[in-house]
Amino acid sequence: MTTSRSTQLVFGLAFFGFMGAAVPAVVNATDAGSAAQAHTPNVEHGAYMVRAMGCNDCHTPWKMGPKGPEPDMSRALTGHPENLKMPPAPQLPEGPWVAVIGATQTAWSGPWGVSFTANLTPDKETGLGDWTEDMFIKTMRTGLHQGKGRPILPPMPWSMIGKLTDNDLKDVFAYLQSLPPVKNRVPAPVDPTER
Amino acid sequence: MVIRGHFAVAALVALTVAGTSWRFAIEAAPAAPPLVAPATLVETGLYADARIGEIDPRNRPFSPQYPLWTDGATKRRWIQLPAGAQIDATDAYEWQFPVGTKVWKEFAFAGRKVETRFIWRASANEWVFASYVWNADGTAAVIADGDGLPGAAEVAPNKFHNIPSVDQCRACHVSNRTEILGFNALQLSTDRDPNALHGEPLAAGMVTLETLSNEGLLAPARPELVTTPPRIAARSAEERALLGYLAGNCGACHNRQTELAPLGLHWKHGDLATRGADALLSLEGHRTKWQASGVADGETVAIDPMNPEQSAILRRMRSRSPASQMPPLGTVVQDREAVALLQRWLESQAVTVSREHER
Repeated sequence: MTTSRSTQLVFGLAFFGFMGAAVPAVVNATDAGSAAQAHTPNVEHGAYMVRAMGCNDCHTPWKMGPKGPEPDMSRALTGHPENLKMPPAPQLPEGPWVAVIGATQTAWSGPWGVSFTANLTPDKETGLGDWTEDMFIKTMRTGLHQGKGRPILPPMPWSMIGKLTDNDLKDVFAYLQSLPPVKNRVPAPVDPTER
Repeated sequence: MVIRGHFAVAALVALTVAGTSWRFAIEAAPAAPPLVAPATLVETGLYADARIGEIDPRNRPFSPQYPLWTDGATKRRWIQLPAGAQIDATDAYEWQFPVGTKVWKEFAFAGRKVETRFIWRASANEWVFASYVWNADGTAAVIADGDGLPGAAEVAPNKFHNIPSVDQCRACHVSNRTEILGFNALQLSTDRDPNALHGEPLAAGMVTLETLSNEGLLAPARPELVTTPPRIAARSAEERALLGYLAGNCGACHNRQTELAPLGLHWKHGDLATRGADALLSLEGHRTKWQASGVADGETVAIDPMNPEQSAILRRMRSRSPASQMPPLGTVVQDREAVALLQRWLESQAVTVSREHER
C-alpha cells in the first residue's frame, strides 16, 4: 500500500498509453461477485478473455519480426525470460517521461522500481502451478500477490481485471491452467532504492 | 396394463404439477439481497448522540495489548454483542462471534479523525465490511467507495494513508477462523505486556478477558483464562514484546490456515503464546522466495543468525517499497521501534550462535 498517487498515475499512463489494451465488451454483469454460484469453467472463453485483454502484451516476451516487434508465441505467457539478465535501467531526467520498458516488454522500470512479468503457465515451481482458483481471484480483486502478499506492481492492470465477474476470472484461470507448464523463473522485483 | 397406464399418466401429471409448483416457488422467492453497510457511520449505531460524539453504551471500548501498527495512528475501538448472546470461546485464540456482532475502529492522525472501519456479522453466513471517511472538521463520516480511497491523509512528507478496499479487508479478515482479529484471550488478557510496542493503557470501562468472563459473555465460561491469563511464552521481556508484536501485526496472514502456510511463518496468537521463540528460531536458515539485494540468488533466508542484517524478516519489516515491505498494506511508514526490537533480538541470537560455534 505504499503505492503513491504518482505511481498509480504512472501505471495508468504506462499501461493504457503504451499498450492500448482493451476491456472485452461482453461482460455478464448478472454473475458479478457470485462466488458461491456453481460454474463449470470454460477454457475457450478464458482463452478469448486472455487474447482480448492483451495478456500476451506483457506476459509473452516480444521479439523482432518481419513487420516489427511481435509476441513470441513459442514462449506464450511464460513471463520475463530467466536467462535475460537486465542491466540497470537508465535513469531518466526530471520531466514527463517516467518509465522504461525492455525490448521484450517483460521488464518495466519506473518509480515503483523494476518489475518483471510473471510466468502464467502452470509450472509448479516457477508459474501458477500451485495456485488455486480462489487465490487467483483474490489476487485480481485485491492487487496483492496470492491475495495476501506484496502489491502487484505496474504495469499489471489488476484493478481493471479485478472488475471481471467471478465466472470470467474462473474461465481465465482455467485457461491458464490448461497451458503446458514451462519452467521459467522470473526474477523478483527490484525496489526503487536498489536500482 | 390399462391400470398401469393410468397410474403412469397420473404420476406424470403429479410430477409435472409438482415440478411446476417447485419452479414457481423458486421464481416467487428470489434470493434475498446481500446485507450492506449503511451509508453513514451514524446509521451503524455507533453513537448515542452523534452531535457530541457520545458513544452508545451498548458499544463497549476495548484495547488489544498488541495493536496493529498503522503509521502512528491513534485508534479507538468498540464492540457490540447482541443482548443475551455469548462469544464461543471454545478456542481461546479464535473466538466465534454471534450474529449481530458489530465492531468499530476509529483511526486518527495528528488529532484528526480520518476513517472509522466497521465489521458486522449480519447473518450466519455474511460479514459486512466498510470504512467511513470523516469530513475535514470531524463532524460526519460517510461510507467509502468499496475500491478504497488512496491518499486519505498525509502521515509523513509525501506519504499517504490509504483506506483499504473491501476486498483488501477481506484478504486478512475472512481467511481466518475468526473475522475479528484483535479480540481474543491473548489480546484481552489481564496479564498485559508492559513492554508491548505502541501499547495503550486500559481505560475505565474497557472490555477485558476478566470482564467478559464475569459478565458471562463467554461460552464455555473458561474460568481458567481468568485465573491463568494467556501470556506469550518467551525467554525475556523483549522477546515477549517482539513475539506479541508479530502476532498482532503478521499473524493474521502468516499462520497455518491461509495460503501462506507453506512459508513456515506461523505467528498467530495461539502459536506464539504456546510455541514462543520456537516460532522464530525455526526460521533460521529458512530460504525465502523473496530475494534480498546483496545476497546470492536463491540464498536469502528468513533469519540469518550469523548475519542478522541479511535476514529477510528484518529487511522486509524495514522496507516501505512495494516489492518488499511487510506488512504489504495498511502502512506506508516504517515502524522504527519494531525494527529496532527485531534487530536487537536477531543480534542476540547471533551472539548465541557464535558462542555455540566457539564451544
